[in-house]
Amino acid sequence: MMQIRGWLAVVRKELTIYFGTPIFYITGFFFLLLAGYFFYTNVVYYSIISFQAAQQASNPQIAAQLNPLQMVFRPLFAILAIILLFLVPFITMRLLAEEKRSGTAELLFTYPLTDWAVIAGKFGAALLLYLILLAFTVSYPLVLGQIIRLDWGALGAGYLGLVLLGAACLSLGLFASSLTENQIVAGVVAFALLLLFWIIGWVQELGAGDLGRIFQSLSLMEHFENFTKGVIDTRDLVYCLSFIYFFLFLTKRQLESRRWRA
Amino acid sequence: MQTMIEAQDLTKYYGPQLAVSRLDFEVAAGEIVGFLGPNGAGKTTTLKILAGFLAPSAGTARINGYDCVTDSLAVRRSLGYVPENVAIYPDLTVTQFLRFAARAKGVSAKAETGEVDRVVGACGLEEVRGKLAAALSKGFRQRLGLAQALINQPPLLIMDEPTIGLDPSQIVEIRQLIKNLEGDHTVMLSSHILPEVSQLCHRVIIINRGQIVASDTPENLSRQLGHGSRVLLTVAGPDEQVRAALAAVSGVNRALGQGEGKYLVEADSGVELRPQLARVVVERGWQLLELKSQEFTLEEVFINLVTEEES
Repeated sequence: MMQIRGWLAVVRKELTIYFGTPIFYITGFFFLLLAGYFFYTNVVYYSIISFQAAQQASNPQIAAQLNPLQMVFRPLFAILAIILLFLVPFITMRLLAEEKRSGTAELLFTYPLTDWAVIAGKFGAALLLYLILLAFTVSYPLVLGQIIRLDWGALGAGYLGLVLLGAACLSLGLFASSLTENQIVAGVVAFALLLLFWIIGWVQELGAGDLGRIFQSLSLMEHFENFTKGVIDTRDLVYCLSFIYFFLFLTKRQLESRRWRA
Repeated sequence: MQTMIEAQDLTKYYGPQLAVSRLDFEVAAGEIVGFLGPNGAGKTTTLKILAGFLAPSAGTARINGYDCVTDSLAVRRSLGYVPENVAIYPDLTVTQFLRFAARAKGVSAKAETGEVDRVVGACGLEEVRGKLAAALSKGFRQRLGLAQALINQPPLLIMDEPTIGLDPSQIVEIRQLIKNLEGDHTVMLSSHILPEVSQLCHRVIIINRGQIVASDTPENLSRQLGHGSRVLLTVAGPDEQVRAALAAVSGVNRALGQGEGKYLVEADSGVELRPQLARVVVERGWQLLELKSQEFTLEEVFINLVTEEES
């Protein structure tokens, strides 16, 4: 009970700092600017194609592709995922690095909070911030849904994918922040690791055999793609949740080791 | 009397470097203890171990009966810690910061506001409550550091150099704040400012190169380790003759002229020189303007101890 209160205390503190400084407003502004731009261009493209298809109704190939999930939201989700790659390091880099640099780690870790309460608090705050940003983009299907019919189930799967992908990236970012007291270093490490987990599946295309298949199944992009198709696969769920737990666990180990070193 | 801090064989290595070596000490509940030593002596390391921030490489430390490593949470519940160079969250206001501290320390939601008000009052932070911590002056930051430590009334307070970097009037204020804690809290504070320690503390532990070199009350330390007794005289008379006459008194080891008719006379400890010195001056027909015995300051004791260690 007491640890839950401690966890909530950390969440509230982090959110106060996020909302009290420009971090949230700047990342939010650019995230929504880019998301809005891509949504708009996708919709415009979709309407041009459907206009053309209506004129030459005899072309069944184009007609089969004409559904808003395929042409508007799948590309949008893919773009949002790439924006995440750039956004997450900015959200997570200060979480633990700044505490160490400013010396407040000495306060935080001498308060009667377990390491888990601190980690879950910081992770929870970053995730909430991300969910708020993501919630703004829900207005896109809501608006589009007024005009055309949408497959809400498939859209829901896509959003679940974005939430899980975001959480996975944030857990990795938090871990990177625990490694150093320099925010820039934390940001660069987070970005590099995320990029690695993004593209690690590409080796499969080089014909790398079994090893390639292992790499591919480690790839974030690989597992995310199923969600954007509207498919919720247990394998992808298990992958994302293990990814999150793994990096939060590494963060905890990293914090523990601080007690024994210096 | 109940023991608040109990350190046994406390040892800490940073990599191959020995920072603290086999420290043994106890602090009773209610005591104010000064932890004294030159920079790099191991003060901060020891305090960090006691506060549960670092784990010792060997040995044990118990706070309020709980082990600092195995019962870390219970230890952290019993203490308030003021780190060196006061750590504060610059992006939180004073009230936000203290509310966070209260929640983190498990103060109930009902008692939270009252507890924050209490420490704000005790530390004189009323006028800056709504300000961002980043905008506070050094003196207020130090008070804020103390305020967060006082939240939830911990029986033990550990302060690392609480007055460092403050101006003289701020130092007096902080010292008064600490003095006010006497009775309700056990306080362990580190410092290298000796007058501060001798004014505040019941007992002083002097540490050098990771080892305890002395532990006693400030008065006892200056008496025992002062290497003899000293008398200060002010005499109106011919300079060189006065100095020679004082040096000739039996039992005097040394007589030093300090200018403007002041002389410092040193003897072995326990020898009472004042009557003889007064007689000599008066017999010669000089005027005795001042005569007083002078105690060794903690500063001199400290330098003696530290240099003895090194030689």
